[in-house]
Amino acid sequence: MSLPKPGDRDLRLDLFRGLALWLIFLDHIPDNVVNWVTIRNYGFSDAAEIFVFISGYTAAFVYGRAMREQGALVASARILKRAWQVYVAHIFLFAIYTAEIAYVAHSFENPLYQEEMGIFDFLQQPDITLAQAMLLKFRPANMDVLPLYIALLAGFPPLLWLLLRSPAVALGASVLLYALTLHFDWNIPAYPNGTWFFNPFAWQLLFVFGAWCAVGGAKQFSAVIRSPITAAAAIAYLAFSFCIVLTWYIPSLEELVPQWLADWMYPIDKTNLDVLRFLHFLSLAVLTVRLVPGDWRFLRSWWLRPAIVCGQHSLEIFCLGVFLSFAAHFAMVEIHQGILMQIAMSLLGIVIMVATAALISWYKAIEGRSPRSRPGPPGATLVGGGV
Amino acid sequence: MRPIIVALLCALALGAGGAGAREGNECIVAAGTVAPDFGLPHVARAIEKKKLDVAVIGSASSELTGPAGTNIAYPTSMQEALRSLLPGVAVKVTTYARARETASEMEAKLPRIISEAAPALVIWQTGTADAIRGVDPEEFRVALDDGVDQLRAADADVVFMNMQYSPRTEAMLAVTAYADAMRFVALKREAVLFDRFTIMRRWNESGVFDLYGATRTTNVAERVHDCLGRLLADVVVAGARLAPAAGKGTD
Repeated sequence: MSLPKPGDRDLRLDLFRGLALWLIFLDHIPDNVVNWVTIRNYGFSDAAEIFVFISGYTAAFVYGRAMREQGALVASARILKRAWQVYVAHIFLFAIYTAEIAYVAHSFENPLYQEEMGIFDFLQQPDITLAQAMLLKFRPANMDVLPLYIALLAGFPPLLWLLLRSPAVALGASVLLYALTLHFDWNIPAYPNGTWFFNPFAWQLLFVFGAWCAVGGAKQFSAVIRSPITAAAAIAYLAFSFCIVLTWYIPSLEELVPQWLADWMYPIDKTNLDVLRFLHFLSLAVLTVRLVPGDWRFLRSWWLRPAIVCGQHSLEIFCLGVFLSFAAHFAMVEIHQGILMQIAMSLLGIVIMVATAALISWYKAIEGRSPRSRPGPPGATLVGGGV
Repeated sequence: MRPIIVALLCALALGAGGAGAREGNECIVAAGTVAPDFGLPHVARAIEKKKLDVAVIGSASSELTGPAGTNIAYPTSMQEALRSLLPGVAVKVTTYARARETASEMEAKLPRIISEAAPALVIWQTGTADAIRGVDPEEFRVALDDGVDQLRAADADVVFMNMQYSPRTEAMLAVTAYADAMRFVALKREAVLFDRFTIMRRWNESGVFDLYGATRTTNVAERVHDCLGRLLADVVVAGARLAPAAGKGTD
């Protein structure tokens, strides 16, 4: 077991997590032209993959050190405390969401949409839905990421313990769980029907993979990661993925996809983290590590500060982003729906996210909880400190 | 650009003057290209035999009760349009719509509908109820796939119709997974998809219909359904023309 040596925090983690948070915010606003810049339109994977991977990486990095220095019990207790914080954040978001939906249910009427009004039915039986929401079984649209994060953190202590003893065995166990999940269709039931949108038994693979990279896996394979053959394969796969995604937007190109390929490839399942999505994320990650070195001077420039500061307070900014996407859509419905409004709402939302993140940093500084006021954390770097 | 606009205006003027149309053809033009991707051989055969029975299976958005208590939903206007497009053919449209019904519940009803109506064509509107009830999209997909099997075995063509575009509820109701599943089944099984979602979105964007506005009257709903019915009739007739004279009825 080799944790990376102490050094500066790898700002790339914060940068890309911050960017992922912006993309999640943009993607959650329906009918938004600015959506076209987000990565899901150019390949199989989207911001969710980035978010889960980096969360796994930083979790192993922070709590791995705690487990080594303070013991398994203390580290596990801290992980579970974090899971509790995420749970509270989720319930808080649910309250805001319910307030919005209740307002719309009360104010909007149109015989054309009698069927769609069915989503307000849950307001008729709060006894059941509130309990189901607290059990994380009832999750309204776009509120699926935090329950996944809670489940991943709750299961993390034993995994981290194993990861620190034998990273390869831990990763192997994770792959095995993923394979069994796909084979036996395991998932957690949801209310009123169906299963969790992000299947934790499948998505744990990305989380554990991130954690494995953090405890030295990436360093071990840094020769492979940096080889030109890997880069070429990654570029080829990204190009393939882009071409396939293009056929979704331009139906006349659909015929160019051979039938055997379509039969084998579709449906590309987000719920169970399709292998094609995982590979797409991996390709992006490999190229990113290559193109953005950890000591890149630009990382410390003011230009990237806004994204980095958002990435440093990911839970708060994620929740804020979900709320702001509701609010932006609400404003577009109630006030105006033009393109300029969409752009303005998108920009305003990001500005609010950045300002809030800066405010949180400031609070931490005045309360003496800033990462910089403590002894510097060991270098969490994308390839395990080898850069 | 300008010649196109002039041509469109001419088409509009001609369309508005056409007989039988309750409304100007503005909505038809704004809907964009709505053409079937695959042929409808059983419909073609039924037209040859001068008798076309159509069953509409759907949920609440296939029903609309007007002020006089009559049903003014798209199946009615589709029947009207089919009759005028296919003179001499006895067209009968029967609606089997039930609020809140999911795709698999509809699929379970198919044997009864097939024996009752013996349709040459089934318009299958579904997806919204599944999204509201949070049905597993995979279960939804399997129901559609099995439904296609049943209908093809009963010598019926199928036209899938996806959900309505509903801007007010869009942030609260995640329909993408179901729309994708339907598109996937349609492509794989060579069934026609009537993309109601995209059509209604175009209407909203071009300002033909205000789909944001709150109203208690059925005015907008009535016009939307009228247009949907006429577009659907066009797709059915075009699909019949596209079909090879015989065969290819089953996979």
